[in-house]
Amino acid sequence: MKTRVLGFVAVAAVIGASINGLFVVPADMNQGDAQRIMYVHVASAWIAYASFGVTALAGLGYLVWRDLRLDALALAGAEVGVIFTAFAIWGGMMWGRPVWGVYWQWEDPRLTTTALLLALYIGYLLLRRLTDDPARRAARAAVVGLIAAVDIPIVHFSVIWWRGLHQTPTFGDPSKVLNPSAPLQFVLALLGMLSAFTLVWIYLLIRRYQLARLDWRLEDAARRGRVAAAHGSAMGAASVEEPAR
Amino acid sequence: MTNLGFIVAAYGVILGGLGLYVAYLLRRLGIARGASRGLGGDVDEAP
Repeated sequence: MKTRVLGFVAVAAVIGASINGLFVVPADMNQGDAQRIMYVHVASAWIAYASFGVTALAGLGYLVWRDLRLDALALAGAEVGVIFTAFAIWGGMMWGRPVWGVYWQWEDPRLTTTALLLALYIGYLLLRRLTDDPARRAARAAVVGLIAAVDIPIVHFSVIWWRGLHQTPTFGDPSKVLNPSAPLQFVLALLGMLSAFTLVWIYLLIRRYQLARLDWRLEDAARRGRVAAAHGSAMGAASVEEPAR
Repeated sequence: MTNLGFIVAAYGVILGGLGLYVAYLLRRLGIARGASRGLGGDVDEAP
């Protein structure tokens, strides 16, 4: 019930933040209206970082405590993170074409490391399908989730470490936290969208976590059913063979 | 509004995609809940 209320609040927040970003905040002097895409693009990217952070921490927690609920949380983080990374890339492409003149440039470190991040976590999700054993699956996924998380700071700091097409952080850079290089109205619109996306993110994490737990419960029941059926057929075969002895 | 096509494409895909993912999750949750009801109980607790 609480999760359902959170869902409604999240939808209302996203609608409100979108109206603000699309119609209330003025257009940028240099970028024009294309700058409005930044609100969904940047918010998606930040949520993707947070999701993969959850996957890494939950995976680490699983390796320490061997609690499968943490693996369910790691899975939720990875799947939701993949969705938001794809959104961040899409939003960036839609902004890049009118402002940079290109949808994509492989030479740009931020773009390439973000594409790599997406590929790594799609790989993480595929890896989970390789085995039915929950403990083995969770341990392998935790290790891969931790290795893949190394790319998160590389993506974030790539614009500072290397020269490329992508601009440096507007206020993600620690030195710009209190003095962002964008007007306050733009920053507030971005923070509004980020807050709305955060609510959606929490809602999705909860729902995906619940689904993972239910799926595994059903998997476990099916496995036990198969074992019982195999046991039953073995017993049946034995009883059929019995008279022949 | 300038670059309207790009703005609509960006917001449409992102917000529409979120809506579709929520619908997909809720549908799968509904199916899984229905199936698990036969096993007794539901799973809602957080770690």
